[in-house]
Amino acid sequence: MRAALHRLARYAERRLPALTRLRQPEPLPIELNRRRIYILPTAFGLGFGVLLLVMLTGALNYTNNAALLLTCLLGAAAAASMLLAFRTLDGLRLRGIRAGHAIAGEPLELVLDFAASRLREAVRLDCAGETLAFAVDGAAELTLRLPTTRRGWLALPRLRLWSTWPLGLFRAWSWLHPQQSVLVWPRPEPAGPPPLLPADAQERLRPQPGEELAALRDYRRGDAPRHIAWKASARHHDLLVKDFDRPEPRATWLLDWHALRSLDREARIARLARWLGEAEAQGRRYSLQLPSERIDTGSGPAHYARCMGALAVLP
Amino acid sequence: MTTAATALDTRSFDLVALAFAATLALHTPHLPWWLSAPLVLAIGLRWRLRRQHHVRTPMWMKLPLLALLVLAVIAHYGNVFGQAPGTALAAGLLALKLLETETVRDARVGVGFACFLLMAALLFDQSLVATVAVALGLLPPLAALRSLEPGRRAPVALWRDLVPGATLLATALPLAVLAFLLVPRLSSPLWGAANNTEQRSGLADSMTPAGFTQLLIDDSPALRVSFDGPPPPPDRRYFRAYVMSRYDGISWTYRDVVNQPPAPVEAVAGLRYRISLEPTRQHVLPTLDMPLTAPPGASLRRDRVLMADKPVDKLRDYTMTSATAYRLEPQLGRHHARWLQLPAGFNPRTLALGQSWRERYGNDDDAIVRAALALFHDGGFSYTLSPAPLGRDAMDDFLFVTHEGFCEHYASAFTVLMRAAGIPARVVTGYQGGYWNAMGRYLLVRNSDAHAWSEVWLAGRGWVRVDPTAAVHPQRISLGAAAAAPGQLPWYEDGWLQSLRNHWDIVNRWWNIGVNGFNALRQRSLLKPFGVDETDTSTLASLLAASCVLAMLAGLAWVWRRREPEDAVRAALRLLERKLARRGVARRPGEGPRDYLSRAADALPAQRDRLTELMHRYLELRYAQAKPTPELLRALQRAVRDFSVGRVVK
Repeated sequence: MRAALHRLARYAERRLPALTRLRQPEPLPIELNRRRIYILPTAFGLGFGVLLLVMLTGALNYTNNAALLLTCLLGAAAAASMLLAFRTLDGLRLRGIRAGHAIAGEPLELVLDFAASRLREAVRLDCAGETLAFAVDGAAELTLRLPTTRRGWLALPRLRLWSTWPLGLFRAWSWLHPQQSVLVWPRPEPAGPPPLLPADAQERLRPQPGEELAALRDYRRGDAPRHIAWKASARHHDLLVKDFDRPEPRATWLLDWHALRSLDREARIARLARWLGEAEAQGRRYSLQLPSERIDTGSGPAHYARCMGALAVLP
Repeated sequence: MTTAATALDTRSFDLVALAFAATLALHTPHLPWWLSAPLVLAIGLRWRLRRQHHVRTPMWMKLPLLALLVLAVIAHYGNVFGQAPGTALAAGLLALKLLETETVRDARVGVGFACFLLMAALLFDQSLVATVAVALGLLPPLAALRSLEPGRRAPVALWRDLVPGATLLATALPLAVLAFLLVPRLSSPLWGAANNTEQRSGLADSMTPAGFTQLLIDDSPALRVSFDGPPPPPDRRYFRAYVMSRYDGISWTYRDVVNQPPAPVEAVAGLRYRISLEPTRQHVLPTLDMPLTAPPGASLRRDRVLMADKPVDKLRDYTMTSATAYRLEPQLGRHHARWLQLPAGFNPRTLALGQSWRERYGNDDDAIVRAALALFHDGGFSYTLSPAPLGRDAMDDFLFVTHEGFCEHYASAFTVLMRAAGIPARVVTGYQGGYWNAMGRYLLVRNSDAHAWSEVWLAGRGWVRVDPTAAVHPQRISLGAAAAAPGQLPWYEDGWLQSLRNHWDIVNRWWNIGVNGFNALRQRSLLKPFGVDETDTSTLASLLAASCVLAMLAGLAWVWRRREPEDAVRAALRLLERKLARRGVARRPGEGPRDYLSRAADALPAQRDRLTELMHRYLELRYAQAKPTPELLRALQRAVRDFSVGRVVK
């Protein structure tokens, strides 16, 4: 039954786009207005309507004016609740979407930023089979978890924003289809060999000045002036120089697409992704060579994200 | 939906329980106590158990409870159909529903049912107080429905949850009143009208001396009368209901004679008045003195008793013409013997007294009447609402032993005496007196104004009203029942409170006339002020549809109005843009105000100075200060308003 209804809805969407009013993707911000908010009674609302009709008939039959007056009052309140349901959505604005990072197969965290001029209570959002309820008091941020299956650009799905506020008699809804895509990173392979270091790897093992201050020592000729500790030297008869620790020189990884000829495309991507993750975890510096681009040596989250992004969008 | 199956949170459950309890409370006046008490208890217990111990009602309890409820209702009422048993059953079902209310869906169903049951409470009582109580009773269900919506914010006090519902109802009131006025009424009921056997206090068609006492301390309104002219003086305010002819030694009874024309009456002037009678569940319609006409749906009986075709189940309005000076049935003819009937073997001393008067005064009926009144006046009789009990020969006991009683005793004894003396006589019951509500300009007659008096037939004068109570206690007639028996009435009938109640009665009358009395007849003349004499059903229906559409449009206008604060400076610029656009200088997209106004100045050289000035004013307001001063703003607005481009001369 449910599946049949779903199929029917799909068919209607395909054949009668004007009627079903499904929204084409559109740029942010999206502001809901009366041209895109739809209202229908809920099942409870229909039942309540039948109840009102029964009460009306009873009051008329017994010519009971007090009951008739109150039935009219309840009916008018129900009608007013329809307007309130509309008002809950009207003017609600989706200002922006912040997407987190996720690897394929894991849910992607999306933060939707809503704004409204006045308080909206009991707004609900349907996304990927789950319903989130929230209230917008001026502004609200809503965190969604969007399931992903494969790497690459993922267009945001159509989101249904709805509310049955205040009495649950009417459901007002609107479709949001933000014209925005989020990038899903490739899934790293679970395990595999470490990267092969290129032949000139030893050459790259030049000592690197460290970051941590180790000690102060006397000035020797050839020390860079910027390493002189001026403040400390002022209290001393000689110039003092800041001596930095020299970390163990570590191999810089060059992760090369072309070095993995034996694997097929997706396996290569998965392996490169795993190496990127390992390099980042070990705090190494690494560069990435892809068929059509080269990402220079670097490290840190931004560098990692850039490399993963480049892997994600590989054809 | 996932939401329907979600469990109720504490506040929602509180509100649902409150809604159910309020609904039951409004039904308690007509539910038997042995039903309402356990139901209220069940709701309280269930609320406590769920709140404190998170206990669910076990499954095995539900069915036996339901069976018990049905059995109890059948045992008490005989069946489960009809107004009273149906309501009792529904109230029980509502209370049982709370036992199994765990989810949002349960709560919704229960609250809808509670709304229905609230309306049913009005089948039993349509007074203003009851209606307002039911309207207030709608607040907990509305609050409960509201609390079922997700995403609730900070918790508030329980009563503050009721406020939005009140606002909603207040907003809905105009549309509700329109709908109330315009919903076409049924010309005849679709199914049997309410069959209510509940005994209402009021006059009965039989009278046993001392039977009135319940009535005489019931000061609920019985009828309200408004007169075309000034009201008759207090001692003329006799409202006839029943004329009792048959006496069996214990009670007087009324014998309805349907197929005979009303007795002839000779009257000169008629007094026009309008009575609205509270429901009595009886046919009789009290009339002032001698009714000359019968209103629609009622007929005059042989004794000029006015009988409605149907029992008076709800407030009934009727307009009457009555004579206060009249000659009723000048010739008694063959009916003579009927009015002399007395049961054999009762009240021998009374009969002997009557016969002795006849022997003493001969044919002078007037003298016999006077003798009887003199007996009451001088014979040591007293007026009291709590007389000593009477034995088998009640009239003998009253006349010769106890010497105390109220109108029923006097009317009854007087009539027996007259019949014993051979004068046709009868007992009349009805109302006497009433409170003249000067503010509302109507006479309020309460049940405590119930009265009994006599009519005797005198040759040449017909039936003449004689009030023997007046002989004993004239204040009863001139001041009314409350003044007649001071100290014997409950505290709430005393003094200033009484006057407060009389004023409150104006409100009730307004409600009775305006709302309860708004029937199909008045609905048809709804549009009379607009020159439409008869508003038929189709007109009403289209009016109703039109007003619903109008109300919805008004609502839409309200919801569509965006209340974003309009920037006054920008609004001024926009007005200027419109004026310039009419002259062909429209603002391009992305064009700033300075560029635009410079271009406009170039295009309209005649206006160059003024446009430059406007531009400076605008830029100053917009960019020079954080918040523009009102003077500068007004100056800009005035300058824009005064700016006119004039005709383009080519």
